[in-house]
Amino acid sequence: MSEYRLSDAELAAAFQQRVDEERKIEPKDWMPTAYRRSLVRQISQHAHSEVIGMQPEGNWITRAPTLKRKMILLAKVQDEAGHGLYLYSAAETLGVAREEMIEALHEGRAKYASIFNYPTLTWADVGVIGWLVDSAAIVNQISLQRTSYGPYSRAMIRICKEESFHQRQGFEMLMPLASGSPEQKAMAQDAMNRWWWPTLMMFGPHDAESVHSAQSMQWKIKRRSNDEMRQDFVDQAVPQAEHLGLAVPDPDLKWNAERGHYDFGAIDWDEFQAVIAGNGPCNRERLAAHSKAHREGEWVREALRAYEERKSAAGPGEEAVPPSAERLRIA
Amino acid sequence: MSLPQGALGHFLLALGDDSLILGQRLSEWCGKAPLLEEDIAIANVALDYLGRAEKCYRYLSELEQGRRSVDQIAFLRHSRAYRNLLIFELPIGDFAHTMARQAMVDAFHLEYFKRLARSSDARIAALAAEAAKESRFHLKRSREWVLRLGGGTAESRARIQRAFDRLWGYGPELFAMDRHEAALLESGVSADRSALKPRWRALMETLLAEAALDAPGQEWSVAGGREGVHTEHHGYLLAEMQSMQRAYPGLRW
Repeated sequence: MSEYRLSDAELAAAFQQRVDEERKIEPKDWMPTAYRRSLVRQISQHAHSEVIGMQPEGNWITRAPTLKRKMILLAKVQDEAGHGLYLYSAAETLGVAREEMIEALHEGRAKYASIFNYPTLTWADVGVIGWLVDSAAIVNQISLQRTSYGPYSRAMIRICKEESFHQRQGFEMLMPLASGSPEQKAMAQDAMNRWWWPTLMMFGPHDAESVHSAQSMQWKIKRRSNDEMRQDFVDQAVPQAEHLGLAVPDPDLKWNAERGHYDFGAIDWDEFQAVIAGNGPCNRERLAAHSKAHREGEWVREALRAYEERKSAAGPGEEAVPPSAERLRIA
Repeated sequence: MSLPQGALGHFLLALGDDSLILGQRLSEWCGKAPLLEEDIAIANVALDYLGRAEKCYRYLSELEQGRRSVDQIAFLRHSRAYRNLLIFELPIGDFAHTMARQAMVDAFHLEYFKRLARSSDARIAALAAEAAKESRFHLKRSREWVLRLGGGTAESRARIQRAFDRLWGYGPELFAMDRHEAALLESGVSADRSALKPRWRALMETLLAEAALDAPGQEWSVAGGREGVHTEHHGYLLAEMQSMQRAYPGLRW
């Protein structure tokens, strides 16, 4: 046996070679501990973002202005729950349970996207989240389709398909507002003004200040830099805003023909840091709402576990009900 | 409008309101369910109900030759003009309350829509056939949860038992024929819901026995939904649901 044992250095070299050759790393493959840790951090953060992200939009389901919009929004928030599930499952392949990840979220050890710490104040916010926030998410997620860890990459491929559908829905939701009454236009512009800068912050700090970036790039967990993706997003969003007739709230925004990109103004990193540190407008409420729902569901999960245990004790095919009970036939 | 067509309009409104109001209630669970899987599942059920409401209102709107749009019908009435049965408007309560209600209405809907699928009105028949299919799936799920909660822990058992006890008296209204659907019986447009009660009782008793729960002992019943005499919860549900249409009358969204 021992003659086949490779040293950690040899394993690490083989691992890096595999990554460099664009072959996916799968759950049973050897991986550096730090790679595993990094993935758990990133994938669980991504899962939590989907789940916490249900709150700001979910805030408008019961108040959506039309039956059609209500259904679209409910289906969209439902998709986000589904994305959360794919991602928790991807993270679980690394040996961490969903329950542990949720505990880390509640204890503040795991993060989620800073954008969801802003409030949805009007119906237009729902449209702007769909359009801008989902656009930004897609730029990032498209690059993550090529991430080196197989289960994460495959989850991203599924998520991207649905996400681009959401993005079009968000844009389509804003169209009647942008071409509607003065009140509707003002509502849309106000939403744009409040969400633009937080959306730019979604890509994270400038490359030079990004803590995890260099190692993640080498391992190809992360494929493109924060600043590259942010620029892509701006280049896409500005013409779309023009199409909607919405002004981008940035006096420094202008086309730079030489670069072939839009130049844009400075991001308020103090605000970003405050939100990341837990002091954004809704951080405490978002976590409290998630903890409350989780706590209030504990008795259901306990019941489910007890029922399953009884069922498996009763043997295969049996239900945990008294033997005398008649079965309900659903015809 | 001639009487049968008037009756058809009332019938569609009642069916649509039942669906809309329960769909609205179920959508309140989104993001608050005990498991992420349940967020998804409850949203599915809510979407089925909202879609059914949309079909009923669309048909009604066409009968009215577009005098009211789907959304005007759905959003721009006062509580007294909504025709939904009371069981649909009750607050979601805890998860046991939601699942007990679902079991009661799913069992009813399965039987009811199977019969309504034979309606002489092709459009109602199609809508009902689809609804029966959905209800079969809904009942499988709510039954499973009644079994799990009944056979889970002492707490879950107490909660699901209490939920059935509290909901039981809202059951009989499901079987009360109003004069409009009675008027549509002869032509075979509507279905006789009053005839379904024994079958429903048997289904519920079987389910409760399977889950080792007691059949609620005391018989009681409240009604009034079809006459627009609702619970005190109804006004708050509408206030929330209608807020955009009320605040911005006549706009396109």
